[in-house]
Amino acid sequence: MTLILTLVGVSYGIVNDTASRTRGTGADLMVRPPDSSVIGFSGNMPEKLTDVVRALPHVALATGVLQQPIGSINTITGINLAEFDRMSGGFEFIHGGPFQQPNDLIVDNVFAEAKHLHVGSTFDYGRPWRVCGIVETGKLSRTFAERGYLQELYSADGKITTIFVKVDKPADIALVQSEIEQKLPTYKIYSMEEYLSLFSVNNIPEVQAFTKIVIGIGLVIGFLVVFLSMYTAVLERTRDIGILKALGAGPGYIVNMLMRETLWLSAFGTIFGILLSFAAHALLLAFMPTYPNQIVYSWWAPAALLAIVGSLIGALYPGIKAARQDPIEALSYD
Amino acid sequence: MIEVRDLKKTYHVGDVDVHALRGVNLSVERGEFVCVVGPSGSGKSTLFHILGGLTPPTSGEIHIEGHDLLKMSDRERTDLRKKTVGFVFQKYNLLPTLTAEENIEIARDIAGRPARDEHFDEILNLLGIAGRLHHKPRALSGGEQQRVAIARAIVNRPAILLADEPTGNLDSENSQIVLDLLRRLNHQFHQTILMITHDPDAAAYGDRIVKMRDGRVTE
Repeated sequence: MTLILTLVGVSYGIVNDTASRTRGTGADLMVRPPDSSVIGFSGNMPEKLTDVVRALPHVALATGVLQQPIGSINTITGINLAEFDRMSGGFEFIHGGPFQQPNDLIVDNVFAEAKHLHVGSTFDYGRPWRVCGIVETGKLSRTFAERGYLQELYSADGKITTIFVKVDKPADIALVQSEIEQKLPTYKIYSMEEYLSLFSVNNIPEVQAFTKIVIGIGLVIGFLVVFLSMYTAVLERTRDIGILKALGAGPGYIVNMLMRETLWLSAFGTIFGILLSFAAHALLLAFMPTYPNQIVYSWWAPAALLAIVGSLIGALYPGIKAARQDPIEALSYD
Repeated sequence: MIEVRDLKKTYHVGDVDVHALRGVNLSVERGEFVCVVGPSGSGKSTLFHILGGLTPPTSGEIHIEGHDLLKMSDRERTDLRKKTVGFVFQKYNLLPTLTAEENIEIARDIAGRPARDEHFDEILNLLGIAGRLHHKPRALSGGEQQRVAIARAIVNRPAILLADEPTGNLDSENSQIVLDLLRRLNHQFHQTILMITHDPDAAAYGDRIVKMRDGRVTE
């Protein structure tokens, strides 16, 4: 139960946090390469397309960013700070300020806290970087570098992964989207609302698969734990079951009794599992703040149902075995 | 009430056949208090288990209250234990997680009867355990545990009470209390009782003594 709720919470947390930070760019539209997916920043496209988009009517601002993977799941976002500031409303610097030198990195407060960084810190993030500014979280990424330097550093000259577009007024969003689609027919053009609606756990096959695998593992573990527990409990209560049989309890009575006990235990276990998921939530936030997780209330009922049904199935065989015990053998069991 | 004719029971232990009963004949009238005595291995417990429907006989005739046990299915023998027979064991066999009261009530529950009625209270008063009902077995003395076990055995008004060495784990004082209770049950409620015992003094409490040896009733 806790395993399922925690991992689902991590999935939802990361997806929703990323979606929220994407909204923080202030953009109305996004242009993505033809071979890109909703999650992640796969594929790239020429930076000069930004000028093509910028030249379209009703486009107020357009800025290209480069999401550069660092290691397995981390990224640095290359931005043109002036353009990005205009689009997002500007970074709120808690400490420090804008880029001073090429290897400067702006980080958000969550990242800085997690990595114990302060302005002037140098740290290895794929390469040595110096922290020049710490900003409030909520604007696209946790780590920002100067776009040109990042392109040069990773041999991605003239390449970007996303163009963020701001239009004159909200009423023009659909019109501009249509114009970009005509100009760049193979590219993926999303309005921010459309993108954010796609950026949910249910629309990301990888997350769905991950969730199913986690649930499967959780169910197998839960089933085995209950099965072994009940098997042991039945073994330990052999004599008690013999007494009940001597009193006239039939197989139905004994199976029913064990199932009711399992139901109570699994119900208490479910409540305990939910409470533990709050503890796991707090621990993850404390020790892994850059991977936000959340309490997903909508998963309580399905996870509880799975846990209870899994427990009942796990208890069924030991229950039937108990019901079939020979009463004389059971009564002589010590 | 109980008619047993040429009752045989053979256990198969590996490749060996163990003849526990070799042709037992026994009649018990309603309201009788019969004590079965005999050395270990004489077949007393096997007879007790068959009469109680805990195990089927191999052959012979056995009728309890008109029911032919030889023809009974497992379900019918379960029903027999529920309604017709009550057990008292040497080791009391109370459920350790339940209180004395719950141990008695569970017999009512299994029989599908309400937890309490006048008979229930009458039994509690007779057995002198009304003040110990909320205690778990571990908090009761051996004598108290056996009285709870007797209450549990008779709470559904069984036709026959089968007692297997009911004083085997008790000191002489508690043994006498339990035996007096069984005799009162027999006299006051006309409860038919079959009691297995090694103790000649205990056997003297019955109306009749049946002796067994080598799987047969000898006298």
